[in-house]
Order: sequence, then structure tokens, then C-alpha cells
Amino acid sequence: MTPEDFDYLRKMLRERSGLVLSVDKQYLAESRLLPLARRHGFASVGELVAQLKMPSCTLATEVVDAMTTNETFFFRDKIPFELLRDSVMPALLAARSHTKRVRIWCTAASTGQEPYSIAMTLREMGARLAGFQVDILATDLVVGALDRARNGLYTQFEVQRGLPIQLLIKYFTKVGEMWQIAPELRAMVQFRPLNLLYDFSTLGLFDLVFCRNVLIYFDQSTKVSVLDRIARQMPDDGFLILGAAETVVGLTEAFTPHPDKRGLYRPSNAGAPARLGAPKLAVRA
Amino acid sequence: MKTCLVVDDSSVIRKVARRILESLDFKIVEAEDGEQALDACRQQLPEAILLDWNMPKMDGYEFLRMLRRMPGGDKPKVVFCTTENDVAHIARALHAGANEYIMKPFDKEIVEAKFQEVGLI
Repeated sequence: MTPEDFDYLRKMLRERSGLVLSVDKQYLAESRLLPLARRHGFASVGELVAQLKMPSCTLATEVVDAMTTNETFFFRDKIPFELLRDSVMPALLAARSHTKRVRIWCTAASTGQEPYSIAMTLREMGARLAGFQVDILATDLVVGALDRARNGLYTQFEVQRGLPIQLLIKYFTKVGEMWQIAPELRAMVQFRPLNLLYDFSTLGLFDLVFCRNVLIYFDQSTKVSVLDRIARQMPDDGFLILGAAETVVGLTEAFTPHPDKRGLYRPSNAGAPARLGAPKLAVRA
Repeated sequence: MKTCLVVDDSSVIRKVARRILESLDFKIVEAEDGEQALDACRQQLPEAILLDWNMPKMDGYEFLRMLRRMPGGDKPKVVFCTTENDVAHIARALHAGANEYIMKPFDKEIVEAKFQEVGLI
């Protein structure tokens, strides 16, 4: 791949997915795209990029998929799911006691481990959710990852990363050498392809948004745009959970970090904060 | 530094486990079967036990049942590490007092995740 090919690839990835590939990452592009190039009968990544430049080329989606990081595992970082169980859901259940409905959006669901971890956390809350309808929408740019997520089939290696053994035998069935998540948990999650760069205002309002480990791949202006548009999809007493290496600070004033709970954010215009269990959780109005 | 008793009849597995656990800052004691493991526990109870299931003389399941009946035997965190990878075996292990369960083959990432899960790291 020539430097010109690499520049073309970087521009294309940024426009289509928001993925920012720095100039020193040519090796990464080569290693991730070579298998794809070979699969389509090209001798090199350079030949693949030449094909991409043709107006009739239909390989762009596959190139974006190959370049996107789908790293994920069950209960990743643990703390977000403790926040969900101990702080966010109790507050939302109190605040939504009349509508009895809570909507959760998982913005970068990848192969499904995050939304299913949310579903398991909710199931483990048991009777506290009685009478409530909780919808989980799980979206991702990569269609192939979502197909895997819908099937809910995971390797032995995948179910041993972050998933407590009690939850494995409670919610999974062994299917050959794989483990499949229970149909009732699969039914709790709706999977849908979505590019965060594009308008998502038709999705409706969400009480809780998980947007973890996706902003890190975007440039500054894309991060701001995504966060500001997520804020518009949330009620004033909603919650946002970001990844451990992500923050809104210095990017947007649409959200305010929770004073005590790292990784948890509230819309800044929260006029009537949801009633949270512990006084120290009360958010700035 | 916490001590981990590695119980496996395969010297290769013990060697791999030792390398992983030492990198996670554990002091390692080894046993080749359940009987040796019980002797080691009678001398000093470790904080963690990485336990194979199928071994000569006394298997991991029997060892665990006896350990949990020993004075102080409820303290060590026991993580099974075995090729037995079906729900029935896992359920039996948990019922007998295992804290976590690793299905072989394993790597450092899995051992680390499981030890974190039970609060050993």
C-alpha cells in the first residue's frame, strides 16, 4: 500500500465510520485488511484500495468492518453494571413509577456481551422490576457483529472473560462447543445496525445510554457531535455511562459528571433530578 | 503476598499455572493430587487454590468436600481448573463449595479474570 493509498483509506474510514486512524497505523491497516484482500482475490492491500476507489466498488462496508475494533467481553470493567444495579435502576424505577417503562440504549453493542450483561443485571434484580417494561436497544456499525449478537452464541473463551460462573450456568446452555444465552434474555434485547455519525433522532428517548469504548476512536468534533445528539435523546433525569478512558469534560457541557460515581453522567439541564437512593448521589440541578 | 496452591497431576499444567500466578504476584505451592493438597492445607491454608478435577488417589471434587469440612477450610477461594466443561460438573463443583470455575484450556487473561471475580486480585 502506497502512502497515497493509506491516505485515501484513512479519509474513507473517517467519513464512513468516524474512525480516526493516525498516520503511524499503516501496519494495523495492512494486517487487518490483508485477509479481506486475499478473500476477494487481491494480491495485496494496495490492490484492494485501488478497487475501493472505483465508483462501482461495494467493498467499503467490509473494509470498515475489518478496521473496526470489536473487542468486548461480559461485564467489562464491572463498575458500570454495579452502577446500573445499585444507583441508576433504583433511581429510574422510582422516577418512572407511573409510566412503568425504562428504555436503555447500548450504542456500541459489538457482538452482544454488553447488552446481555445489562439484561442479566436486570434479571438478577428480580422482583424489584416487577410490573416494569424495560427495553434494551443495542446498536452497532458492524452488521456481522450484530448477527453474532442476535444468535447469542459464544466460545468457551468468551464466556470465561468477565462472566461469573454462576451466571454462566444460570443463563447459558451448552450447544456443542459453544455456549448460547437463554432465549428470554435474547428477547430482552433488540439489535439494530446504526452509524453514530448519522442522525439517530428517530430512535426516541432513552433513560439510560451506555456509550462505552467508542468515543475513543473518534476525533474531537465527532465526540462532541455524538455526545450532544445523545443528550437530545434523553430526558432531563436520564443517565449516561461512558467507558473508563472516556469523559465529557472539556468536550461538551451537555452532560455533567456525577460527583461520586466515576463514569456516570447526567444531562446538565436536569431540572428535576431523579430521586436517588443515597443523599450523596443527588445531582446538581 | 498471597499463596496459591496449584493442584494438578500434570507437571506441564502446574508449570503454566505457576508462571501465570507468579506474574500476578502469588507465592505458589504445588500438589499432584487431592491427598497431597490436603497435606499442604493441614500445614498451612493458602488464600487460593487452583484445582484440577481428575487426578489419581483423590480427585479435586473429593478434596474440595474434605477441605470445606476442615477447621478454617471455608476460607480459601477455590477455583476449579478442569477439562470437565459441562453444566452438571460446574453445578456439582459450586454445590461442593467452589468459588469459580475455569474450563481448560486457559490463559493468563482467564485466570486473572476469575481470580478478580472472587476478590483474590
